[in-house]
Amino acid sequence: MIHSLFLINSAGDIFLEKHWKSVVGRSVCDYFFEAQEKAGEPENVPPVISTPHHYLINIFRDRIFFVSVIQTEVPPLFVIEFLHRVAETFQDYFGECSESTIKDNVVIVYELLEEMLDNGFPLATESNILKELIKPPTILRSMVNTITGSSNVGATLPTGQLSTIPWRRAGVKYTNNEAYFDAIEEIDAIIDKSGSTVCAEIQGVIDACVKLTGMPDLTLSFMNPRLLDDVSFHPCVRFKRWESERVLSFIPPDGSFRLMSYHVSAQNLVAIPIYVKQNISFFESGSSGRLDITLGPKQTMGKQVEGLTVTMHMPKVLLSVNLTATQGTHKFDPVTKVLVWDIGKLNPQKLPNLKGSLSVQSGAPKPEENPTLNIDFKIQQLAISGLKVSRLDMYGEKYKPFKGVKYITKAGRFQVRT
Amino acid sequence: MTDSKYFTTTKKGEIFELKAELNSDKKEKKKEAVKKVIASMTVGKDVSALFPDVVNCMQTDNLELKKLVYLYLMNYAKSQPDMAIMAVNTFVKDCEDPNPLIRALAVRTMGCIRVDKITEYLCEPLRKCLKDEDPYVRKTAAVCVAKLHDINAQLVEDQGFLDTLKDLISDSNPMVVANAVAALSEIAESHPNSNLLDLNPQSINKLLTALNECTEWGQIFILDCLANYTPRDDRESQSICERVTPRLSHANSAVVLSAVKVLMKFMEMLPKDLDYYGTLLKKLAPPLVTLLSAEPELQYVALRNINLIVQKRPEILKHEMKVFFVKYNDPIYVKLEKLDIMIRLASQANIAQVLAELKEYATEVDVDFVRKAVRAIGRCAIKVEQSAERCVSTLLDLIQTKVNYVVQEAIVVIKDIFRKYPNKYESVIATLCENLDSLDEPEARAAMIWIVGEYAERIDNADELLESFLEGFHDESTQVQLQLLTAIVKLFLKKPTETQELVQQVLSLATQDSDNPDLRDRGYIYWRLLSTDPVAAKEVVLAEKPLISEETDLIEPTLLEELTCHIGTLASVYHKPPSAFVEGSRGVQHKRLPVRAGSGESSESPDASQPVGVVADTPPAVIPSQGDLLGDLLNLDLAPPTSSGPPVVPSMQMGAMDLLGGGLDSLLGGDIGGSPAMGGGLASAPAAVAPSLGAPANSGLDMLFDLGGSVGMPSGSFVVPKAVWLPAMKAKGLEISGTFARRGGVLQMEISLTNKAMSVMTDFAIQFNRNSFGLAPAGPLQVLTPLSPNQTTEISLPLSTVGPVMKMEPLNNLQVAVKNNIDVFYFSCQYPISILFVEDGKMERQVFLATWKDIPNDNEAQFQIKDCHVNSDTATSRLQTCNIFTIAKRTVEGQDMLYQSIKLTNGIWILVELRVQTGSPGCMMSVKCRAPEVAQLVFQCYEMVLKTSSDA
Repeated sequence: MIHSLFLINSAGDIFLEKHWKSVVGRSVCDYFFEAQEKAGEPENVPPVISTPHHYLINIFRDRIFFVSVIQTEVPPLFVIEFLHRVAETFQDYFGECSESTIKDNVVIVYELLEEMLDNGFPLATESNILKELIKPPTILRSMVNTITGSSNVGATLPTGQLSTIPWRRAGVKYTNNEAYFDAIEEIDAIIDKSGSTVCAEIQGVIDACVKLTGMPDLTLSFMNPRLLDDVSFHPCVRFKRWESERVLSFIPPDGSFRLMSYHVSAQNLVAIPIYVKQNISFFESGSSGRLDITLGPKQTMGKQVEGLTVTMHMPKVLLSVNLTATQGTHKFDPVTKVLVWDIGKLNPQKLPNLKGSLSVQSGAPKPEENPTLNIDFKIQQLAISGLKVSRLDMYGEKYKPFKGVKYITKAGRFQVRT
Repeated sequence: MTDSKYFTTTKKGEIFELKAELNSDKKEKKKEAVKKVIASMTVGKDVSALFPDVVNCMQTDNLELKKLVYLYLMNYAKSQPDMAIMAVNTFVKDCEDPNPLIRALAVRTMGCIRVDKITEYLCEPLRKCLKDEDPYVRKTAAVCVAKLHDINAQLVEDQGFLDTLKDLISDSNPMVVANAVAALSEIAESHPNSNLLDLNPQSINKLLTALNECTEWGQIFILDCLANYTPRDDRESQSICERVTPRLSHANSAVVLSAVKVLMKFMEMLPKDLDYYGTLLKKLAPPLVTLLSAEPELQYVALRNINLIVQKRPEILKHEMKVFFVKYNDPIYVKLEKLDIMIRLASQANIAQVLAELKEYATEVDVDFVRKAVRAIGRCAIKVEQSAERCVSTLLDLIQTKVNYVVQEAIVVIKDIFRKYPNKYESVIATLCENLDSLDEPEARAAMIWIVGEYAERIDNADELLESFLEGFHDESTQVQLQLLTAIVKLFLKKPTETQELVQQVLSLATQDSDNPDLRDRGYIYWRLLSTDPVAAKEVVLAEKPLISEETDLIEPTLLEELTCHIGTLASVYHKPPSAFVEGSRGVQHKRLPVRAGSGESSESPDASQPVGVVADTPPAVIPSQGDLLGDLLNLDLAPPTSSGPPVVPSMQMGAMDLLGGGLDSLLGGDIGGSPAMGGGLASAPAAVAPSLGAPANSGLDMLFDLGGSVGMPSGSFVVPKAVWLPAMKAKGLEISGTFARRGGVLQMEISLTNKAMSVMTDFAIQFNRNSFGLAPAGPLQVLTPLSPNQTTEISLPLSTVGPVMKMEPLNNLQVAVKNNIDVFYFSCQYPISILFVEDGKMERQVFLATWKDIPNDNEAQFQIKDCHVNSDTATSRLQTCNIFTIAKRTVEGQDMLYQSIKLTNGIWILVELRVQTGSPGCMMSVKCRAPEVAQLVFQCYEMVLKTSSDA
C-alpha cells in the first residue's frame, strides 16, 4: 500500500514528507526530478514512474506535486484517487491548497494525514468524519483554544465512522432546513475548421447543499431520466431504486457534496450553443499574418450566453499583435504567446469580432501549426442536455424544508480548430 | 495564528528551551511545546534528544496531545528502542481505555513502532483488540496484524493471529471485513504459496454482502480479492457478475476499474449466447468512457487499461471512437495513449474520421506526438485496406510540408505500406527520392535504402543513390549498414553488369573494415552465396517476402490473458506480467482467465488449455521484434525454421566459381560450420584438452560422494554429506554435524548431536540468526531423551522460510545457536542454495523469454563447469531432481543448449542457459537473475549436481 508521501513545489523543493511505514529516504525523489526534467512542462510528468525499488505515483494539483511512494503491487488508480482526496481535504480545511497554507498548518496537515491513512490503508477520507476528528482551523477557534485550553481534536468517536451511513453524523440540527441542488453541465467539444462538430459530449454533475435536521430520507426524481444512462453516484444513493424506478433515493450527507455525475455523449443530444467564424493566416512572404474571429449564438435555447472568453496559444514565432475588438478586451502575452479575448455577454444583434494583424519574427519560417481556440462561456438557467428535476420529496422527518434547483451550462474543454 | 511560528525558534538553546517547556506544569504550554517539536521533526531537524520528555507527556487525557506524542513516537522509536520501551505501559493501559477511540489509537500506534522489543508486548493487547466489542477497534486491529507481520512474520504466525484475521472475514461489520481482506491480501503478497485467502462460495457470499456496505476503499480491497476467485460454474459466475455490476456506477474510479477487472475475468466463463452476456458487454462501455473525463492522471491509468480491454474484447468500445480524440491541451502521456487506442479501434466504418483526426494531429507542436500520429496513418493503411490509398496520399501531403521529422516518419511507414501492398503505390518513389538528403535518422535512412534496393530496377539512378550512402559507410549506424549491404546486393542481382564494383566495395567494407559481427556475418554469407551460386543467391535474396501482419504492437495472447487478470494494477500500466518487475516480495503466480467448462456446449472450447476464443476472427499474428535473438533460437525447435535462418551452403566448393576473385578463399578459412564470431584457426581445440585430466579428479570426487551415499538421495534430490559444524572442543563436549536437504518439498536440517563429554546433556534448543532467505526452524529441536556420554542422536529439523531476513555474507551463511543444559554455543554453516529451489519453478516459455530479455545484461554471469561427463538428457533429469526445470532445448552445431528456470523460496527467479558439448567434458553456463548475487551459488550447485554420481 502507500508507503510515503512527498509534497514538492514547482521549484523542486520537498517541503513536506510523511511516512506510514518505515522511512523512505528523500533520494527516491531524484527519479521523480529526472522524469520532471524530461517532461518539461509540469503537466506532462508521467503519473507512474518506476525506480529500482519503488514506484512513484504522482499527481499535479494546485502547482504542487503529490508524490507517493509504493513498494508493492497496488492499484495505481487507488493511489491517484487517494492523492486527489488529500488535495481536496487540504482545500476544504484551509480554503486553498498551496505551499504556504500547508506550511502554516503543518501540524494539522500531519494530523490529517495520520488520520487518513493507517499503514498505507485509507482510514477516514470523508470530510465530515475528518472534521469531527480534527476541527478545521478558524481564527475564532484558535483564539478560543488559547483562552480555554481546549483542543481542536475531537475526543469522541465520530458517529459516522461505523454506521452503515458513514457519510452522515447523528444529531444534526438546523433552524432553517434547506436543500439546494445545482445541475451543472459542461460541454466538451471539438469543432473543426469548417464549423462542424468533430466530437461533443456533456459532463454533468448534480451538486447538493443539504442542511436538514435529523435523518431525512430524500427522493429526487427527473422529468426525463432516460437521458442518464452513464452515471456515477455518491455512495449514499440507493442503486437498486435507481435501477428499478429511475429515481435518486438517499439519506444525504450533511452539508455540500456531489450527489451524482453523468455523461451524455449521444451526438444528437449535445447542442452546441455558439458558433465561431475564424480566419487566421500567415503570409508566405513578409513576416506578418491576419486574424479575424467572429462569434455568434447557435443553439442557446433562448438563453443568454455570458462569460464568453476566447483563449489561443499562438505559434512560438509570433512577436506581437495589433488587433481591435468590437466588444470586450484582449491581451497578448508575448512570453507565453497566449492571446486572451474576454468578451463577456454575447449580444445576438451585434456579434463580437476581433480583427487585426499579427507580426512574426523576421526571417522565421511560416508557422506550421495552427492555433486552437479554447472557448469559455456560461449559460444560466439551462441544462443543455435538457435534464429537468421534477420533484424532491422528503421522508423520515416532519418539518418542511426549503427546496431549490439551479441549472447552469458551461463550456468544458470546448475547442475550435483553425 | 498559524503553525509557521513553530519554525521560527532557531536560536542556540532551542532544545534546552523545549525541554523546559515540555516539563512545564501548564497543559497548554506542554501542548505548544510538543507542537514545536513535531514541526521541527517535519522539516527534518533532529529532536530525538527530547525523547524522554516527550514520552512523559503521553500520560494525558488530552486526546490531541496524546496523538501528537504518538506521532513523535512513531518517528523516533526506531532510533531509541530502549527508550521506546518506556512507552509500552501507557500503550497497554490505553488498550483498556473505555473510549474505543483511544483503544484503537493505541493499538494502531503500537503497530507503527517498528521496534522488535515492543512487538512482544503488543501481542496481548492486540489479541484483545481483535476480539473487541467495538468494530472500530476490531478494524484497526486487523490492519495492525499486517503491520506486525511486516516487522516479525514468525511472531504473527506463532501467535495465531492469521487465523483470527481469517475469522474476521465473517465479521458482522462490513468495514471490519474489508480491513481483514486488505490485511490478508498484503500478508499474502509476501507469502505466495500460503493459502491465506482461501475463497469458497460461503466466504465469497460474505464478501459480496460486505461489498455493498463498506467504504469505497474497502470495496476496492474486496473486489481485488474477488478477482482471485474462480467460480465453479457459469451460474455462480453470473450471479457474482450481477452483484458486482452496480459498482460500475461508483464515483471512485479505482472502484470502477476493479469492478471491470472482476467482470472481465468472470465473463470468460459465461456462454456467449446468453442474453446476460450481451447486457454485460453493453454495461461495460459507459463507465470506461466516463473514466476519460476525470483528471489526466486517472485518464492515463484508465487508457493503459482500456488498451488491454480493447485488445481482449474489441466489441466493448468499438462505437466509442470519438471519446479518444485528442484535445490539444491533454498532457502528452494522455495524447500518446489515446492515439494508440484510436488505431486499435480503427475499422472500415470509422476510418475516414480517424484519418482526418490523424492529419490534424500531424500539424501539432509536440514532436513525439506528431511522429506517432504519422506512424499511425501508416498503421491505418496497413490495417484497413480500403483506406490505404487515402493514407498514402495523406502521407505524401505531409512529405510536402518538408518538416524534417514528419518526412522521416512518413518514409518509414511508407516502407511498410510497400511491403503490405506490393506493386501498388510505387509511383510515389520519385517523390520519396527527392527527400533523400534531409534524412538524418537511422530508421528513416534504412527505410529509404530498403526502398531503393527493393525497387532498384525502377529507379534509374539507384546505383548512384546507394553509392552516395556508401561514402560515409563507417559513420552509419548498424541498422543502416546492414540495410545498405542488402540493398546493394539486391541491386547487383538485378543489374549485375554496372554494379560489380559497387558490390565488391560494400562486401569488403562489411567484412574487412567492420568490427560488427552481424555485419561481417551477413557480408560473408552474401559473398559466399554470390561466389558459389548466383542463381541460388537470386532465389534467396530476391525471394518473395512474407506479407507483414495487419496489427503491430499487439500483446502476445497468453500475456494479454494474464494482464486481463491484472487490470487496474501496476502490471496493467506497464503491460508486463508482475513477475517481470515485482521482485522477491511476491510469488510469481501466473493468473489465468478461467476457462468455461461444462454446461453442455463445450464444443466451443475443444482444447481445455486454450483460452476460449473471444475474438471471433482469428487473432492476427505478432511480429517478433527484430534482434530478438533468443526468441528466434527458442522458436527453432517449436516450428520448422522458415526463411529466418541464414542460408548456409553445406559444403565448401573451393574456387568452384570464383566470381569475385582472390582474397575470398583465404578469408573464408574453413570455419563456416563453426561459430561465426570465432575467427579461423580456433577450431575445436578446447574439446581435446579435458578428458585425460578429468578422469582422476573425477573418481576422487565420486569416492567422496559414495561416502555420503547412505544419507544421500532417497527422494532423488541432492544432499551434501554431513560435515562437522561444531567440534566438541569448542562446545564443551557437544559435537554437532549436519547437512541440509529438501525432501518432498520440505526443507530440513539434518543434524547429528554427539555427546563427547562426561555428563548427560539435556534441554536442547536451537535458534537461527536472521539470514538471507529467512530460514527459521519450523518447530522446536526435539531431543527426546537426555543425551548420555558417547551417545549420538540424529534429528531432522524441518525449516520454514518465513523468518526475519537479513542479507548475509556469503549469501548462504547461516548462524546458529544451540543451547543445552551446559551452555549456549554458536556456530555458522553454509547451506547449499539448491534446498531453496521450489517445486513450482517451471516457467512458461514466453515468460522465460520475456524475463530473459528483461533482465539487464549486467546481471548475466557466466561459468564454466569443467570435467563433468554428462549429456544433456542426464543433465536435464539430474537437475530436475533439484527442482531445476528445463524449459526448452535446442541443438546447435553439436552443442545442446538447455534453457532452465529455478525459483527460490522467496520468489526470485533464476534463469540459466546451459551449453553441453556432447563428447567434451565440460559445460558452459550463463545465469541471469535480478539478484545477481545468487549466480555464484547456483553455479556451485550445478557443479555439485553435474559432477556427482557421473558414474551412476
